[in-house]
Amino acid sequence: MAEQMMAADGRTLKSSLNRALRRQKLRALLLIAPLLLFILITFVIPIGQMLFRSVENQIVSDTIPRTVDALADWDAAADQLPDEDVFRAFAADMMVAVEERIHTRLGSRLNYETAGISSQFRRSGRDVEDMGEDLTAQFTALDPAWADPATWVALMADPDWIAARAGAATEPAFIVSESARAALPRSADVYADFARVTQQTNNDSPTEEQPWNVVYIALYEDLLADPAPRIAGAAPNDMLAAAGAAVAGFAAPDIRAAFVDSDRGWGETQTWQVIQTYSPAYTASYFLNAVDLKQTPEGIQSAPENQQIYVRLFIRTLIMSLTIMVSCILLGYPVAWMLANLPSRQANLMLILVLLPFWTSLLVRTSAWKVLLQQQGVINDLLVWVGLVADESRLTMINNATGTIIAMTHILLPFMILPLYSVMKTIPPSYLRAAKSLGATNWTAFWRVYFPQSVPGIGAGSILVFILSIGYYITPEIVGGTSGIFISNRIAYHISSSLNWGLAAALGTILLVVVLALYWAYDRIVGIDNVKLGG
Amino acid sequence: MASLPIYATTGQKIWHYTFRVIVGLILFFLVAPIVIIIPLSFNAESFFTFTPEMLALDPAGYSLRHYRDFFTNPDWIRPLQNSLIIAPFATLLSVSLGTLAAIGLSQSHVPYRRAIMAIMISPMIVPLIISATGMFFFYSQLGLWMESALGFSRSFTGYVKVILAHAALGIPFVIITVTATLVGFDHSLTRAAANMGATPTQTFFKVQMPLILPGVVSGGLFAFITSFDEVVVVLFVGAAAQKTLPWQMFTGLREQISPTILAAATVLVAISIVLLATVEMLRRRSERLRGLLPS
Repeated sequence: MAEQMMAADGRTLKSSLNRALRRQKLRALLLIAPLLLFILITFVIPIGQMLFRSVENQIVSDTIPRTVDALADWDAAADQLPDEDVFRAFAADMMVAVEERIHTRLGSRLNYETAGISSQFRRSGRDVEDMGEDLTAQFTALDPAWADPATWVALMADPDWIAARAGAATEPAFIVSESARAALPRSADVYADFARVTQQTNNDSPTEEQPWNVVYIALYEDLLADPAPRIAGAAPNDMLAAAGAAVAGFAAPDIRAAFVDSDRGWGETQTWQVIQTYSPAYTASYFLNAVDLKQTPEGIQSAPENQQIYVRLFIRTLIMSLTIMVSCILLGYPVAWMLANLPSRQANLMLILVLLPFWTSLLVRTSAWKVLLQQQGVINDLLVWVGLVADESRLTMINNATGTIIAMTHILLPFMILPLYSVMKTIPPSYLRAAKSLGATNWTAFWRVYFPQSVPGIGAGSILVFILSIGYYITPEIVGGTSGIFISNRIAYHISSSLNWGLAAALGTILLVVVLALYWAYDRIVGIDNVKLGG
Repeated sequence: MASLPIYATTGQKIWHYTFRVIVGLILFFLVAPIVIIIPLSFNAESFFTFTPEMLALDPAGYSLRHYRDFFTNPDWIRPLQNSLIIAPFATLLSVSLGTLAAIGLSQSHVPYRRAIMAIMISPMIVPLIISATGMFFFYSQLGLWMESALGFSRSFTGYVKVILAHAALGIPFVIITVTATLVGFDHSLTRAAANMGATPTQTFFKVQMPLILPGVVSGGLFAFITSFDEVVVVLFVGAAAQKTLPWQMFTGLREQISPTILAAATVLVAISIVLLATVEMLRRRSERLRGLLPS
């Protein structure tokens, strides 16, 4: 084997070269890294988060966890209301949610799936506090100490918490003792929430507040299940034993009746079907809604006729984008041809006319069209003056699809002309002359020789115009009225007015997928590196 | 097509002129809407159409009242100021980060070059409404975090959010223009500089930078106009305190349309003409410098 070449520092030439290459690579990456990081944080992560939001549905199981658990075994198809357990769990969940003021949020979330449920949540949110007060009265009649917050703290508090509290300036977060959890599982669970909400949301102390009625309901259930629980330590076990002996004689609370009384909707199985259907932490429902489908206990069904708007809106967006694209081709082709075939001085002058609108603010162009197209606008005035249109029957060219198509064709036309021009510039004019000298008519020469060579330019311009127009928001919003709006206007509506963010995210995700697919096609046909700006 | 041969038939002549008329009409369609708002903005009345006095070229039909309103009314002054605060900072951010990255990308051995390029160009590809939706969620959390954890004031975080968002949108333009200038850059120049004892920093500022400067400046202008014109993202990310000029125009167009919009539009047209002229000049200069065009 031949002796390896050595570099000056004694390494082999090969390893020395590798090292230099590695260093070069590293330097390049170091230069790129800050921007990459910046784009990832300010752009890619926000988009990713939006994609995630379109399937995320934790709000149901976060807000009413006990109800979700209790509903798990309920058979929605049996057409029977859930039993009292579910209603008790729901009362406890609602009480916590009401105190934390988040029950209306859940109401709005479920309202996207079935209209009217949010008012149910709002109404019962006001009533839930009083549910089970008869039961609380029976406990206090048995022993007035049950109304005393100190009794409950003695029952539930962890000894460590009591010790920590004695020495601290501000009260530490309440801890429920293990033995209370073992002896009175339901009560301990609800009381823990009570203590947390009292401390965090209301800035009070559980040592000074009487527990909610739902805590007494939980205690009632615990004592029915086990009339003689024992809690370790200094807990008032005698009181507990006395109550355990008495509960069997208590009048049972009817929470179900209380809820139905508060709002009839809770007495309908459909309400509970909705809650059960939307319990999982992730849901396809936003995507289903985005294509006019609905998730029901019986499976996926199409949405009611009068709510089917999104598929139609997607189709309209596609058709209008195609129309705009075709008008851009028709208007752009002659201009690009002219640009490519004029002497360069004149072509440059003409190019400026094309670039001026390209550089002018989008808002300026949109306001120009708004001013021109309105019924009292310049174009109508002109038509009336010429006598083409009678004064009382002025044309409606704005706040409809016509307005959107005219304005957007104008706005996107430079994006068609510039790629077309750059392709046409490369077609030698001698080909046309050659075709004609071989006997082709003008039309044949154009159609068989010139046009096929300009097709790449048409492709590039079309995809560019189509991608841009499919996601347009501003122009349709201003000149589109109701019949000329795009899917993006609906997304904006859900973000800022209806606040159905999940649906907005799902619609956005679908639009993004379409655009990325088109972009991928653009990359295959034209290549990213060939994106040119300003001619 | 350029000029008609003397042996052209009558039909060819007719077609030749018809075609010119058609192209003329299309160009008219392109330019007229922009041009027409300029005289309209000098309307003495609050109308959006030509009054008989204007058509008779009567000086009484024209006035500067809408311009006075534009330059004195706080409803327009504030947004103009906001635009002039946000756009330069966003431009600065995207130009500095973008130029470095474009130089990095132009080196010969960059792993995952296509993927990196795709990510960097993505703000230009993704429809604005989708960027705005994503940013709306993310930046509201970011704003809350900056207010609570870093203790920034509400209005300051508002500006930071909009500037960051606009910088992200401007970056693809910087990357594209600077990469385009670097394509013709002769790397032996940097080697020559190093050979003569220049440090990498000196090489960058004395040799590379002057040559790619036209690309950097026109990228910066693109980034500036992107931010200056942008309305969707600022609508979603900004608060009322960050209302920019396009935002004010947008709400004006949607709600109570006032003729001051036309004055604002005319000012913007003037700005874009200046920017267009600058970019065009820079492009030619750059091509001449790199010897691509026989000047």
